[in-house]
Amino acid sequence: MSVIRSAAFVAAAVVLWFVALPALNAQWAAPSPSSASSIPASQLVHVDELNRILSAHGAERPLILQVGSRVMFAQAHIPGSEYAGPASQDGGAQQLRARAAHLPRKTFIVLYCGCCPWNRCPNVGPAYSLLSGMGFTRVKVLYLADNFGADWVSLGFPVATGS
Amino acid sequence: MTRLVFFAALFAASVGSAGAPAPTARHSLLDKPAPDFALTSLNGQPFSLSGDRGKVVLLNFWATWCAPCQNEMPVFAAWQRQYGAQGFAVIGISMDDDAQPARQLSDRLRVNYPIAMGDEHLGARYGGVLGLPLTFLIDRRGIIRARFQGETDLQTIESRLKKLLAQH
Repeated sequence: MSVIRSAAFVAAAVVLWFVALPALNAQWAAPSPSSASSIPASQLVHVDELNRILSAHGAERPLILQVGSRVMFAQAHIPGSEYAGPASQDGGAQQLRARAAHLPRKTFIVLYCGCCPWNRCPNVGPAYSLLSGMGFTRVKVLYLADNFGADWVSLGFPVATGS
Repeated sequence: MTRLVFFAALFAASVGSAGAPAPTARHSLLDKPAPDFALTSLNGQPFSLSGDRGKVVLLNFWATWCAPCQNEMPVFAAWQRQYGAQGFAVIGISMDDDAQPARQLSDRLRVNYPIAMGDEHLGARYGGVLGLPLTFLIDRRGIIRARFQGETDLQTIESRLKKLLAQH
């Protein structure tokens, strides 16, 4: 009986070591730099807050860069924003890098995409990482839970069209 | 006061810019005729939405960088095989900037339905494609009967399309 108990104990230890612990570690591992979840919560800006910033007289206006789809940008974008994507692809990342290359590193920048649900967006994470890596210290990312249509346009916030 | 109203109206009229019209309310498309379009597929074949009149059409807007889209497309291809004989057709519209990645991905996923490149004008006609994936179900008379935005339970879509297939 004690042999069976010992074997069960060893089996449990093996399962714990090779299966459970790695799974737990994976759960707590830092998110990939390409994930939107990698962006610190302190660097997120919500739609109401951004609209307040854009509406306030005399307030510093950020450089707003859409780092997702050009076709979606052309359909609707935040007035005054520029297209600089898609950040998940080499060409788009180069475009973003070129746009930012000569900017003072303390420029107030807001990035956004809105192509997909936040945790599925392939663009904002790489864009934030790229600008952070270039030394920009005042980069915020607009949090869009579902997509630009649902979280900005449908709420009646200002929209511009065209490329 | 009159001058204030006048300038306010002038300012309001100046907001927005040229290009595709701003997105309209998406729910306004339901139970309305699906905007027709004529495109050329990535395989070089011309086709139109109205060419599938009499069939139930699943119109899917997608892009190569959209992970949920890549999960859906093989399922749509399977439905094309399963329900095609009942008068079902899938149309895929890529919202990528370039055709090459769309062509590569559709080949890799073994898509068996026409894929064409979309643009902001087509997107605007469908109420604004401002998030992906976006899928419409169009009945045999060309009327939009359902709209699915974002990652959707595919069983929900399939259940709806089966009901439309049962209607003649």
